[in-house]
Amino acid sequence: MKLDAKIPGGPLADKWDRHRADLRLVSPANKRKFHVIVVGSGLAGASAAASLAELGYQVSCFCFQDSPRRAHSIAAQGGINAAKNYQNDGDSTWRLFYDTIKGGDFRSREANVYRLAQVSASIIDQCVAQGVPFAREYGGMLANRSFGGAQVSRTFYARGQTGQQLLLGAYQALERMIGKGAIKMYSRHEMLELVVVNERARGIVARDLITGEMASFAGDAVVLATGGYGNAFFLSTNAKGCNVTAAFRAYKKGAGFANPCFTQIHPTCIPVSGEYQSKLTLMSESLRNDGRVWVPKAHGDARAPREIPEAARDYYLERKYPAFGNLAPRDIASRAAKEACDDGRGVGPGGRGVYLDFSSAIQRLGEATIRERYGNLFEMYERITGENPYTVPMRIYPAVHYTMGGLWVDYNLMSNLSGLHVIGEANFSDHGANRLGASALMQGLADGYFILPYTIGDYLAGTKLEAVDASHAAFKEAETRASTQTSRLLSISGTRSVDSFHKELGHVMWNDCGMARTRDGLQRALTRIPEIRAEFWENVKVPGSAATLNQSLEKAGRVADFLEFGELVCLDALQREESCGGHFRTEYQTADGEARRNDEAFAHVAVWEHRGLEQAPIRHVEPLDFEFVKLATRSYK
Amino acid sequence: MMRLTLRVWRQPGPDARGEFRTYIANGVSEHMSFLEMLDVVNEDLLVRGDEPIAFDHDCREGICGSCALMINGLPHGPKRATTACQLHMRSFRDGDTITVEPWRARAFPVLRDLIVDRSAFDRIIASGGFVSAPTGSAQDANAILVSKDRSDLAMDAAACIGCGACVAACPNGSAILFTSAKVAHLGLLPQGQPERDRRVLGMVRQMDLEEFGGCTLFEECEAACPKEISVENIARMNRDVLRATLRDRGQVPVEVAGG
Repeated sequence: MKLDAKIPGGPLADKWDRHRADLRLVSPANKRKFHVIVVGSGLAGASAAASLAELGYQVSCFCFQDSPRRAHSIAAQGGINAAKNYQNDGDSTWRLFYDTIKGGDFRSREANVYRLAQVSASIIDQCVAQGVPFAREYGGMLANRSFGGAQVSRTFYARGQTGQQLLLGAYQALERMIGKGAIKMYSRHEMLELVVVNERARGIVARDLITGEMASFAGDAVVLATGGYGNAFFLSTNAKGCNVTAAFRAYKKGAGFANPCFTQIHPTCIPVSGEYQSKLTLMSESLRNDGRVWVPKAHGDARAPREIPEAARDYYLERKYPAFGNLAPRDIASRAAKEACDDGRGVGPGGRGVYLDFSSAIQRLGEATIRERYGNLFEMYERITGENPYTVPMRIYPAVHYTMGGLWVDYNLMSNLSGLHVIGEANFSDHGANRLGASALMQGLADGYFILPYTIGDYLAGTKLEAVDASHAAFKEAETRASTQTSRLLSISGTRSVDSFHKELGHVMWNDCGMARTRDGLQRALTRIPEIRAEFWENVKVPGSAATLNQSLEKAGRVADFLEFGELVCLDALQREESCGGHFRTEYQTADGEARRNDEAFAHVAVWEHRGLEQAPIRHVEPLDFEFVKLATRSYK
Repeated sequence: MMRLTLRVWRQPGPDARGEFRTYIANGVSEHMSFLEMLDVVNEDLLVRGDEPIAFDHDCREGICGSCALMINGLPHGPKRATTACQLHMRSFRDGDTITVEPWRARAFPVLRDLIVDRSAFDRIIASGGFVSAPTGSAQDANAILVSKDRSDLAMDAAACIGCGACVAACPNGSAILFTSAKVAHLGLLPQGQPERDRRVLGMVRQMDLEEFGGCTLFEECEAACPKEISVENIARMNRDVLRATLRDRGQVPVEVAGG
């Protein structure tokens, strides 16, 4: 596997500008001769599809939801970072870059992260021009708030629905181009195969989820914007449909999978209430601006929270991290909650929860201000738990939320498989071992609006592409492979539901590959997952037929992939013998329980090459060179 | 733990005949969401060799707009400002019988069981529900000033999740609340002004082409809306239609109509 990151030379601040000047261009008359396939319609996919169509390319866009507007980006609450320095508080491109690379625990590429910080300001401009109703001050200017891992206020937001509003902006741009006939949209279509012809990605096979029909789509380049794989854990904050299938099938076709063990556990989710739980609900991290996290000091203090006096409370984030306090980064805040609960001081059912208390903020600012800032989040909490957070502290617990790992891409966002581009959460490139809050929206839109539209032109202009259409043997072969798998799933006729296997996998992943990982636990998981997988293929029950809308069949295909992919996550976690960001190996920690990185052995990207289920994948390495920042131990104290 | 009787609309495909079938849901916890209760019923059906009830759902956080269940004749069920995915079983009592149906409207044909085709909404947006701002053409964000009040009103309208409850609630199956929310969101903002006339005429024309019914003035839509989108937006849209019709003599430019 050849891994050339293609990072341009020169000073950090000039790399992107120089690179753009060097990129080959496709002339306006020639753009319409190229057909780009975009899979996924979230922030990255919708923004890329719209931008490419505006440039004049022919675009086909696919999503499994009934409308592109429902992609899971819609659920992002808190905000989007941008180095605008509108607050005059000392923000700059460099500072956003540095916060992001430090927040990622020095496991991402300097050049990519710097570029992300550079284009961040343009994203806000673009979104405002589209009519995204960001929060504003009375003077009519845009408002900002602060977020975890930063000491400046650079987060733009639209109440607690920032992801929704940004996605609707991109969706409207997408629909505009659909209306003009420049984009062909395929909703309720699921990509099942990547088609490679002469070592280049040339199309996909997708199943029409209404008719069950398998169809081939040929193009000149393929863009995967298919999101993350948090649902490998079964319980996560991801939407139920989120899956790894598109990325994993590309991996099986030769695309490298980078850092799969870098998963993010979000500290502020509503705790699990029972076995029937189908997903976890995130409460925006912005709540930590005004909420204070605490547990009782004493073990087994079962008094109602209001009856526990100040002196008997442990505001453990403020105690352990005085400089950042309740705004410590997500990985740190999550682990601290787990420690408190493991120590027997957790609250709520099963002791798996900590308080997030707004009483001092309400005293200081008044209930009206808190309602204005977080009203919809408070309502959501009350709807789910039946408790009123204005009077009773919220109970929160960490949950899987985001995955930093993803398909490996070079500086042009192209994978090692020529022609296959990967953007947004589906790639690995910008967040290292931990993502800062309000940076996912930034990255998705940076990739889709401002990076891919330039770099894909370079690929198309500089590559000799032979004419290939969907009648090519490689497409027929891929269709057969996809159909064979669906028939096989339907023919097993066992006794257990798809969900029961998914939950079983999720338990293994959460217990042995969750917030704290050990060698023994990971080895146990690596034995257990193949057993679950074997039983799945013998005993799963998928009713119905392949020729209709069949949700059990859709789920079965996704879970089949998670059952292979989960093993890769554990293997990656086992072989990364250090702790960094969201990857915490209990063997590698400092005396006071913080992550201990091993920069000498692991300052690199681990990139996995698939070699079939019978053989172990090969672990390749892309070294991370830090020319411009000094590797430091993260400290938020 | 509760025991409930469910009457659920089952329809194998778009052209097949549908019917209500009755199921018993046992061991329902008050902390379950309505969809989690359906999950449990589906696991049961599956083990018994029956096909699970098909229903749209995704985020289960009340924001994606996928879930679309008519529960006891009310879109998303009995709780104010709550989608079905966030409706919890504490809103029901042990022994209740609950009727679950898909959205019913000519413009939303049933695909299977409780799943309907809402792509008409996408086509309405494609017919003008946007600001034409090609990537890269924007000026500095703070060069456009928007008063907070106006911005807040725009945000109120923009909060629509496109679930279609308004259509399902309307005796005429009208999409006027959905359409007007987008018209108002963009029409309230300075960025939306240049295309204001084209937008409203294009979207309204598409709404009619999709065979949504006319407004009944009953305001059932607002009552059913999980995001509490106000019928004031309908008034705003009607004003805009009038304004645009007078100024442009009803001519919708071809490009706006999409296709």
